[in-house]
Amino acid sequence: MMKDTVGQKDLPAGFEEEAVKPEIWWVETVRMYYANKAAFIGLIGLLVIIFVGLFGPIVFQADPFQIKGAPLTRPGDIYLLGTDYLGRDVFSCIIYGARSTLAIAIVATAFTVLIGISLGALAGFYGGKVDNLLMRITEYFQVLPPLVFAMVLVAVFKPTLITVVFAIGVTTWTSLARLSRAEFLKIKEREFVMAARAVGARNMRLIMRILLPNALPPLIVAITLQIGMTIIYEAALSFLGLTDPDIMTWGKMIGLSRDFFFDAWWTVTFPGLAILITALCIALIGDGLNDAFNPKLRGR
Amino acid sequence: MMHSTLNCADAEALQSLNSENTVLEVENLCVDFKVRGKIVHILSNISFNLSRGETLGIIGESGCGKSMTALALMRMVPSPPGWISAGRILMGDENLTQLSTKRMRTVRGRQISMIFQEPMTSLNPVYTVGNQIAETIRCHKDRNRSQALEEAVEMLRVVQIPNPERLVREYPHQLSGGMRQRVMIAMALACEPKVLIADEPTTALDVTIQAQIFDLLKEIQEARGTCIILITHDFGAVAEMADRVMVMYAGHKIEEGTVEEIRNDARHPYTKGLLQCMPEIKVDIGENRERLPEIPGTVPDLLRGLSGCPFAPRCPFTMLKCKELPPSFDLGNKRSVKCWLVRGDTYVKESA
Repeated sequence: MMKDTVGQKDLPAGFEEEAVKPEIWWVETVRMYYANKAAFIGLIGLLVIIFVGLFGPIVFQADPFQIKGAPLTRPGDIYLLGTDYLGRDVFSCIIYGARSTLAIAIVATAFTVLIGISLGALAGFYGGKVDNLLMRITEYFQVLPPLVFAMVLVAVFKPTLITVVFAIGVTTWTSLARLSRAEFLKIKEREFVMAARAVGARNMRLIMRILLPNALPPLIVAITLQIGMTIIYEAALSFLGLTDPDIMTWGKMIGLSRDFFFDAWWTVTFPGLAILITALCIALIGDGLNDAFNPKLRGR
Repeated sequence: MMHSTLNCADAEALQSLNSENTVLEVENLCVDFKVRGKIVHILSNISFNLSRGETLGIIGESGCGKSMTALALMRMVPSPPGWISAGRILMGDENLTQLSTKRMRTVRGRQISMIFQEPMTSLNPVYTVGNQIAETIRCHKDRNRSQALEEAVEMLRVVQIPNPERLVREYPHQLSGGMRQRVMIAMALACEPKVLIADEPTTALDVTIQAQIFDLLKEIQEARGTCIILITHDFGAVAEMADRVMVMYAGHKIEEGTVEEIRNDARHPYTKGLLQCMPEIKVDIGENRERLPEIPGTVPDLLRGLSGCPFAPRCPFTMLKCKELPPSFDLGNKRSVKCWLVRGDTYVKESA
């Protein structure tokens, strides 16, 4: 090691000056990411879905609630993916549903992540009484069945988009809190944390800059799984009719068509596939991020 | 500077010079732990001081409180279960035991810094070496990112890392153990602390690297006037590095003196035993093979509580008086021994 670095000492002056420039940390992360094919496919898939969500309704101007023709026509007869029990076009419902489904999934997960990781991080880092208090609160939320709790919240408040997001966020953060607490507990005993403290790092800096990046790999996987879960939660709430009546989501499509599953499989299968593909893309991305963030796997 | 005042031969002048030069003064430092509802004295009345540019070796076997002394100086005693129960740590005109945690954070890294035993695990795996040093600099100094990174490169040059421009961008796992320890030293010294605590800095490294690291520490010390507290269980390391030695046993400072005094004239039976345990390399191994002497018994269990001299159960010279804890007998010139054997000795009278 010593020898080969010494050998490179006589480099042209220009090179050294360039080397001192602060490195842009994400460049390598992005490069690593592209090397992972599955993650790349996931990213492309999700970008397509986001693109559809953003621009689909503009390009494809058809009201998903509008009745287009005869109910339950087979896919390909007149409409690409057939019609549902009221004669609405399944394809346009999926296009419109992409936007609201993704919006709910992302915002609700962000909410979950914010509550879960901050509570877990504080509990794990400070330990003792703080840990005790926060974990009892977490347990309180854990013993409530999340779906029932979310149903109650949506039913008590008006079933709007915001209520649904809030209800999912408030009920599903516990597992992330537990996981981040466990990670923080484990990592705070590592020597580099003590070494950082010994050179004067503040608690907030220790949490955000020293511990959190080290706790990130399992959390990223959990978060991506959480996004998939959120979509399914939203579907479950919609299935039970607890959703904003003015918004078409994939879950709602499945929920509304549940009675016609055996007669008209396309009414449930296509929105179900949409959910599956989205969740899969996100999971692949999470997996890729996990590898890309790990400095030990870099440059190989 | 020392020589001119010595020529004056005025004891008082020397005294005042000494106190001016004192960087760190520890008085009766005590650390207690609460274990299963019982209070255990982990450190009992540790006192010592450090002059500018001096190296103090702290030596003793495992569990004698060496590392705890270091953590106490940093105010990083794990809490719970531990706390500093008494004593003062004076640095400049501040008593570190009384500082607020907020103020203490500015002292760590800037005034006192520490390097740890395990260079393999003491660096954060997710950041580049340069980033970690730069962040430390930014904790204490008003620098932007690129300025701090340039200073990090300078620090890596100070610790004699070849091609520092390239190394700042590497991750800890890409470096060898010796390199990592150099990085740790660079990080600890980045904000020019007055005192550097090195807690067994070379235990995890092989012997050639150990010599390199010691040479490096010495060079830096000469250039910057940093005080070093070297914690080790290896008297060889202390003899090489330190000016003075403090021997610890069961949370007590039992002897202190210069390296020569300890090596040639150890007074405490434990110190004598410790020195005898040092293996010597003998050419003729054949027939004169001897068993390496050892100190019989083990370190006392602090949980049981101690009365009297902590070393008495293992000491070959135990007497009735040893049921009482001996005070630290001051033999002058920062030489002290915590043993009844030196009391009333002609030696004490002569030197006093």
